[in-house]
Amino acid sequence: MEEGYSQEVMRTTATLGRKEAWDHAKARMGIARMEHRVRPGLYALGEPTRSSPVLVTANYSLSFDALRSSLPGRDAWVLVLDTGGINVWCAAGKGTFGTEELVRAIEATKLSERVDGRTLILPQLGAPGVSAQEVHGATGFKVEYGPVRAEDLPFYLDRGECTDAMRTVRFDLRDRLVLAPVELRNHRWGLALLVLLAVLVPFYGLEVLVVALGGLLLFPALLPYLPGKDLSLRGMALGALLVTPFALFQLASGMDAATLLAVPAEFLLMVPLAGYLGLNFTGSTPFTSRTGVRREIFTYIPKMAAMAVLGAVIGGVALLVHWGWL
Amino acid sequence: MEIGTLDVMSPQNGGRINTLVFYPGRCVRCGMCLKVCPHRVFALEGERIRLARPADCMECGACRKNCPSHAIEVDSGVGCASAMIKAALRGREDVVCGEDCCR
Ligand code: SF4
Ligand code: SF4
Repeated sequence: MEEGYSQEVMRTTATLGRKEAWDHAKARMGIARMEHRVRPGLYALGEPTRSSPVLVTANYSLSFDALRSSLPGRDAWVLVLDTGGINVWCAAGKGTFGTEELVRAIEATKLSERVDGRTLILPQLGAPGVSAQEVHGATGFKVEYGPVRAEDLPFYLDRGECTDAMRTVRFDLRDRLVLAPVELRNHRWGLALLVLLAVLVPFYGLEVLVVALGGLLLFPALLPYLPGKDLSLRGMALGALLVTPFALFQLASGMDAATLLAVPAEFLLMVPLAGYLGLNFTGSTPFTSRTGVRREIFTYIPKMAAMAVLGAVIGGVALLVHWGWL
Repeated sequence: MEIGTLDVMSPQNGGRINTLVFYPGRCVRCGMCLKVCPHRVFALEGERIRLARPADCMECGACRKNCPSHAIEVDSGVGCASAMIKAALRGREDVVCGEDCCR
């Protein structure tokens, strides 16, 4: 693909086909991460005139496709910023969906010569990277922030304003579950190791695998229903929940000294593992502040480490007892 | 000194729960913060802007960046535990996303 802003106006439509579906599926799986981009530049959606609205987005294909597919039957200009194939929210946080890039894009596409209007509509989630007043000062274009989600764009374009709900981020089941495949992929080697462990040491290996998979897949699904406010705490609650059937099974099959030691050791080892996975989910939620995450790290990491060390010691003793060395 | 500073304090942990600070005295009531905040932290009360839900602030920095009169301060940055832990382990202050996050 050619790099940099296109000098020419490119054409696009509101219809997504099989090619896009395949691209989105791969993007969701975390496959070929760097390929989900579109050429940055100015696109004509439908048959825009010099007075049609100008919408701005990132050159991540999912961002661009969400925008254009939300506008069937409408004519608009779409200005695609070069964010390196990163979505609007993350790129805004990094600053690549930002004031400088927007100014660069306006100049590179000769936008002021192609349209009469001097208003740009940006996704609200791009605001952390863009200073509306600086863009105005540098280019004469006025920045307006549209809705958080592209699906609300028709409403916004028709009325020129958003409802409160359209300005608020949600994190519903679908938003959470869509992250699962990438989580699995990010941890694929660790998980492969755990599968191997489960084959070699059936019971305990399976237990660790269940807790790890639970922490990655069940945690996002059950998030609102887990007790506690902090993600680490919720992760630990899930960990305790997942270990319980294993512990009950062990206790039911015999209450010798080794088992009575092994059960608390399992809780002490597995609960912090799930808590740690929960804590790591902070990067994926649109709710955690940096101060909050820092506080969670300082509050829970030492405690989880202490639990794990204690669990390892008790587990070691349990093994020695089991082998008849103690 | 600024009069009317609202610092977000939490009696539970004896400290600030986030770094958001609003200086109502500097506000020119343009309404930008109402538009950009994804958590409805600011609210319009009559003619005035007020911190309605300060505890919900996720420190994205959108309000500070778009406030024309510097009435808002917030220390924004990557709020991602794995990135922060990695930075801490490397003994680095700057927290950056790896290529594995944020897609
Ligand atoms: S930093 Fe972000 S979440 Fe916090 S008040 Fe400002 S806009 Fe809202
Ligand atoms: S953006 Fe700043 S000046 Fe405008 S209403 Fe909000 S606090 Fe006041």
